[in-house]
Amino acid sequence: MKEKPDTLEQAVLTEYKYGFVTDIDTDVIAKGLNENTIRLISSKKNEPEWLLDWRLKAYNHWLKLEEPKWANIKYPIINYQDIIYYAAPKPKKQLNSLDEADPELLATFEKLGISLNEQKRLTGVAVDVVMDSVSIATSFKEQLSEIGVIFCSISEAVQLHPELVKQYLGSIVPMTDNYFAALNSAVFTDGSFCYIPKGVRCPMELSTYFRINTENAGQFERTLIIAEDESYVSYLEGCTAPMRDENQLHAAVVELVAHTKAEIKYSTVQNWYPGDKNGMGGIYNFVTKRGICKGDHSKISWTQVETGSAITWKYPSVILKGDYSIGEFYSVAFTNNHQQADTGTKMTHLGKNTRSRIVSKGISAGHSQNSYRGLVRASKQATNARNYSQCDSLLLGDKCGAHTFPYIEVKNKTAIVEHEATTSKIGEDQLFYCKQRGIDAETAVALIVNGFAKEVMNQLPMEFAVEAQKLLAISMEGSVG
Amino acid sequence: MLSVKNIHANIDGREILKGINLDIKPGEVHAIMGPNGSGKSTLASVLAGREEYEVTEGAVSFLGKDLLELSTEDRAREGLFLAFQYPVEIPGVSTTNFIKAAVNEKRKYLGQEPLDAVAFLKMMKEKMALVEIDQRLLSRSINEGFSGGEKKRNEVFQMAMLEPKLAIMDETDSGLDIDALRIVANGINKLRSPDRAILLITHYQRLLDYIHPDFVHVLYNGRIVKSGKKELALELEEKGYDFITDDIDLTANQ
Repeated sequence: MKEKPDTLEQAVLTEYKYGFVTDIDTDVIAKGLNENTIRLISSKKNEPEWLLDWRLKAYNHWLKLEEPKWANIKYPIINYQDIIYYAAPKPKKQLNSLDEADPELLATFEKLGISLNEQKRLTGVAVDVVMDSVSIATSFKEQLSEIGVIFCSISEAVQLHPELVKQYLGSIVPMTDNYFAALNSAVFTDGSFCYIPKGVRCPMELSTYFRINTENAGQFERTLIIAEDESYVSYLEGCTAPMRDENQLHAAVVELVAHTKAEIKYSTVQNWYPGDKNGMGGIYNFVTKRGICKGDHSKISWTQVETGSAITWKYPSVILKGDYSIGEFYSVAFTNNHQQADTGTKMTHLGKNTRSRIVSKGISAGHSQNSYRGLVRASKQATNARNYSQCDSLLLGDKCGAHTFPYIEVKNKTAIVEHEATTSKIGEDQLFYCKQRGIDAETAVALIVNGFAKEVMNQLPMEFAVEAQKLLAISMEGSVG
Repeated sequence: MLSVKNIHANIDGREILKGINLDIKPGEVHAIMGPNGSGKSTLASVLAGREEYEVTEGAVSFLGKDLLELSTEDRAREGLFLAFQYPVEIPGVSTTNFIKAAVNEKRKYLGQEPLDAVAFLKMMKEKMALVEIDQRLLSRSINEGFSGGEKKRNEVFQMAMLEPKLAIMDETDSGLDIDALRIVANGINKLRSPDRAILLITHYQRLLDYIHPDFVHVLYNGRIVKSGKKELALELEEKGYDFITDDIDLTANQ
C-alpha cells in the first residue's frame, strides 16, 4: 500500500527509480591503475600513438598531484586501485542500425525513458548512448552528416577525424588542469564528439545518455563540442546508474569551443544514483566542464539540473575571450538524505564588453549539504565586463545545510559585478497552509520547489524541461508508486 | 452539517479546550467571540486539523463523517475552509498556481476531471470581481509582501474559488482598516448561501456590523459560556466581556 507522507521530512524521502542493473555480457578489465592499464585501454580502442602518449603524460602528471581538499564535501579516501577502468557491453561490433543492438540494452534504455527509435526524429533529438565505458549507438548520424554536422562517440572521432580531436582535445581543460581532469585524460574511455561547421544551425537537439552499469566500474567520459563561426548547437546530457552499496567514481571532462558568433547551449540533467537514505553507496561525481568563447560575439550557456550523486564536485565554466562574448550558468542542485553538492561556476572575463550571468538555485533536504561556489574574474583587459549573479537557497527541514562561497576578482575599473543571495525555508506552517487548501504534503513540496527552480527550468529545451520537472518531483517523492 | 460534542484539546500538554459543544446547520452564520486566550483560534485549528493540537476527548461530525479521522487535506477537500488569521507566505508560488493546485486536488478527490486553463481562468475572473481583488496580486508569490488587507482579501478569494461547505474565518477582521474591512466583509456576505455555513471567529463586534450572524457564542476559558442571537454581540460591545466572565469566575471560585 502506498503510504502518504504527512510531514516535510517524509515528503522529501527519496526512492531512486533507475537503480536496476542490466544483465548483459560485459568485457571488463582487471581492477587497478598503472601504465599497463592505460596501454590496454588505448589498444582496445585501437588508438593512434599520439593519443597513447598523451594519456601516459597525463597519468604521470596525475601521479604527482594530490586530491583537492578545498570543497565543502566529506568522503572516505578513494582507492584508485580498486576501480575498474574499462567495462564495455559485448560484443563490440559496429552497429549499422539499432535493430542490431542487444535487445537487453534497448530494453534498458526504454526503461530509462530514452527511446532510441527513429520516432525520436519527430521530437527532433539525436541521441548518443554511453554504457559504462563505450558508446552504444548514435542515432541520426546520417541526416546530420548531410549538413556537415559530426555527432559521434569520441572514440569514433579519434579514428575518423583525428585532426580535429588532436587540435582541440585538452585545449580548454589541459591534462594538467586538476587532479580529476588529469585522471580523466589518462583513462577516458568514451564520450561524445560534436562538430558544427561554419554557418550551420544544428536542426535538432543533440543528446548523450550516460549510464554506469558494471559494479566497481568508474566512468570517465570525455566530451568535446566545437562550434565554428556563426553556428549554433543545443546539446543535452542525462545520467543514471544502478543502486549499489559501494560508491562509484565518475570523473568526466567536457570541453566546448565557440568561435566567432557561434552559440553553444549545453544542458545537463544529472541523476546518478545518490546513495540510500542512510548515505550508503552512490556516485562520486567529480567533473570538469569548461567552455571557451573564443571568437567575438560568441555565447556559451550551461544549464544543469543536478538531483543525483552522493557527491557532486562540478563547476561548468566559461572563458570569455572574444569581445562581446556571453557566458551563462543556470543551475538547480537538489540534495537529499546524505548527499553533498559543491557546485557553481567560473566566469573568466578576458575580452572587452563581455557579459556573464549566473543563476544558481540550491535546494537541500534531509541531512544534505548544498554549496554554491563561484568565481567571477575580470582581467585587466576586460573593459566594461559585466556580471550578474544570483544565488538562492531553499531549505526543506532543519537538518540540512546551504552554503554560498562567491569569489570575485576584478582587475579592471570599468567592470561591474553584482551578486545577490537569498535563503528561504519550507516550514511546517507553509505545509499546513497548503494542506488546509487540500494540497497534500508531497504535492505542496513539489509546488514550492518547482516555483523556486522555475527560472532555471525555463532555460532547458522544452521537452527536457518536462522531464526535469518530473525528475525533481520524483527525487522528492515519499514513495514511488 | 457540523456537530461538535464535548471537545477537549491540548497543546504541549496544556488543556486549552475544555468541552466545546456546537451545532451548525447549512446556511447559518455563527460568530464565536471571546477575550484573548479563551481558545478561539485553537478551536479553528483543531477543526482544520493542525497537528500540534491533541484532541483528548469528544467527537466532531462534519457532513456525516467523523472529522477527526480525516487528514487535514481531506477535511479541506470535503469542504472545510479556514481563512487564516496570519496567512502564510510561500515564495516562488503564485496565488494563481497555488489555487489551481488546490482546486484540482479537490476535484481529483471528488472524482472530477481537473479544470482546463480556460475554465479555470473564467472561474478566476468571476470570483475576482466578487472580492474586488487585483489580477496583478494573483500573479505574485502568494502572500509575499502583501499588505494586511491584501492577505485577508486573498483568503476570501481562495474561499470563493474553493466553494467550501463550511468556512471558518479566524479573526479575518484583525489588522484591517475600515475600508479594507468593508471590502472583505462584503466579499464574505456575497459568499453566504443556503448550503454554506460560516463560522466567524472574532474578538471585536465591529465585523458583525457588516456580517450579521444568526448566532453568537461567547468562548471563555475553553468553554462556550453563553450563546444567543446577534443581540448578544451588541450587549458584549456595550458591557465588555466582564459582564459574563465575572459571573463565571465568581461561580468557579465558590
